[in-house]
Amino acid sequence: MAAEIAEQMCMPVVVKAQVLTGGRKKAGGVSFADNPEQAAQAASEMLGQTIGGFRVQSLLVEQRLDIQRELYMSVTLDKACARPILMLSLHGGIDIEEVADELIVRMHVDPLLGMHAFVARDAVRRTGLRLDTDLAKKMVSLMMTLYSLFEIHDADLVEINPLVVSHGELWALDAKITIDDSALFRQQHHADQKAGGATRSSSFVKLDGDIGVIANGAGITMATLDTIAHFGGRAANFLDVGGGAAEEQMAAALDAVLALKPKSVLINIFGGITRCDDIAAGIAKALDACCTRPALAVRLVGTNQEEGRRILHGVGMIEAVKQAIALAAQASEVGSAGDNHR
Amino acid sequence: MQGITGRQGLFHTQQMCAYGTRVVAGVTPGRGGQSVLRGIPVYDSVREAADEHSPDASVLFVPAPMAKDAALEALDADVKTVVIITEHVPVHDVLCILAYARVTASVVVGPNTFGVVSAARSKIGIAPGSLFCEGVVGIVARSGTLTYEIASDLSRNRLGQSTVVGIGGDPVVGLSFRDVLMQFESDRDTQVVVLVGEIGGSAEEDACEMIEQMTKPVVAYIAGKTAPAGTRMGHAGAIIERGRGGYEQKVAALRRAGAQVVPLAQEVSNEVRRLLGERAVKEEEH
Repeated sequence: MAAEIAEQMCMPVVVKAQVLTGGRKKAGGVSFADNPEQAAQAASEMLGQTIGGFRVQSLLVEQRLDIQRELYMSVTLDKACARPILMLSLHGGIDIEEVADELIVRMHVDPLLGMHAFVARDAVRRTGLRLDTDLAKKMVSLMMTLYSLFEIHDADLVEINPLVVSHGELWALDAKITIDDSALFRQQHHADQKAGGATRSSSFVKLDGDIGVIANGAGITMATLDTIAHFGGRAANFLDVGGGAAEEQMAAALDAVLALKPKSVLINIFGGITRCDDIAAGIAKALDACCTRPALAVRLVGTNQEEGRRILHGVGMIEAVKQAIALAAQASEVGSAGDNHR
Repeated sequence: MQGITGRQGLFHTQQMCAYGTRVVAGVTPGRGGQSVLRGIPVYDSVREAADEHSPDASVLFVPAPMAKDAALEALDADVKTVVIITEHVPVHDVLCILAYARVTASVVVGPNTFGVVSAARSKIGIAPGSLFCEGVVGIVARSGTLTYEIASDLSRNRLGQSTVVGIGGDPVVGLSFRDVLMQFESDRDTQVVVLVGEIGGSAEEDACEMIEQMTKPVVAYIAGKTAPAGTRMGHAGAIIERGRGGYEQKVAALRRAGAQVVPLAQEVSNEVRRLLGERAVKEEEH
């Protein structure tokens, strides 16, 4: 197939793995071919390979350009000063992260004022290009387009790298767009793609230890992992059920963790907007549906903690001690010692 | 209280009132003229509520898709402090809210914050009031639940708090660590400050310059030492942060600035006690 395309194109081609991740070229996902045979060879090597956790299932075969220059152009968020930032460099390519600061032009955009051509012109001018050149004009117009993509799609990042100059024309040879997860409610087409694609939820990460962890809030979940590690334990996962988790979410979270078959499970909930009674009901629900009873260390404090404890008393699962973390690590040690005896 | 008639809004209005906060009015468009919880009037707009009651602050308990509209409404009604409890507010909306707050010279706390607590006096937001007791420790934090953890440990050890501020867990927030540290430095009720940070972003690094200038001691805990590596935001994120944001970098920067960094959240109390002891000795010498 790749060979046929290359043959029809009658010119040297580039074969590119289509995966939703960056650093493709360095991972062997981009290959140059002078003839159809080489293209076929490259295609067969690439298909089925895994790049950045994504399996290569499709390829792009395109004309190989005579590259005069590789540029870099992006719009992203400057989190520290809460403004969008344009970045532009005449020194793009795969090593952009190593390019010296002074070779990258940065321009902030005022969110209330929005993007205007004068900002783009200023950015291009500051790269050292003369504004009366054809290339400069094309860059200004591309920058405007890039910014409107950024705005319309609720993007965190719109990046073209490399942006290539070939015979006076600009070509976007690789691009990356990341969409703000919180905006998916109004970006339905992207939401569908995310659900169907390989995007992993940031609130659940599988790790290689044996203590299942559920906590509420990214901060306390990280602190829980740190504490487990400090006492010599190893977490099986990172799971933040988030603020205001209700019964259903808690039950689903416990199901997900139990599926990892951990030696013990530590539930560390500090209720603020999350109500302990909701959490307790969720735990009870998941346990009711579970045939084996896992070694569970539950810590439940904060909003409605008394009600929460009452519900858990019903299923005989009450552990609200400060050392729940150390207990989970101990339970795991006992568990592994038991394994050795068998 | 914007979103006062919702499940969370009503529940936390009750909690805030019980803690001593004077909740003077609520706003839910379309529910104007009603009242909740024994006489708190509900208005259709922040403007009406502000004209009638001149509130010091407004707190948002509205769903994320409505947060931008609600926050801009409060800022436009000239409310000088707007606390956004809502999480998952689209970041483009946050940029817009913060840009308008710069114009109106107002303070935005959050989004995705537990709020602000003046220990044993009043609170805005969702922090469980029973965890705090009055004292001289100021706390500023990104994460809610981790703050509850640390504050309750301090309280158990009879190390009460002056003010506890959540700046919010989102990558882009209004009030910064720096802003809060500056206020703690000049606050007569605060003698020692606890900074609760986490990996990612540069909020902790940006606060270091302020920590260097402070006369009051700062105890810092950074969550995420062993956290799984997060997804990187393309090249652009790496270019902006340039080696910042990791656990080791944050700890090194904080130590250079003179903060006492503890490796575990549970060790904050001991360090605070030690520093307060040192301070008492110094004061006696003077």
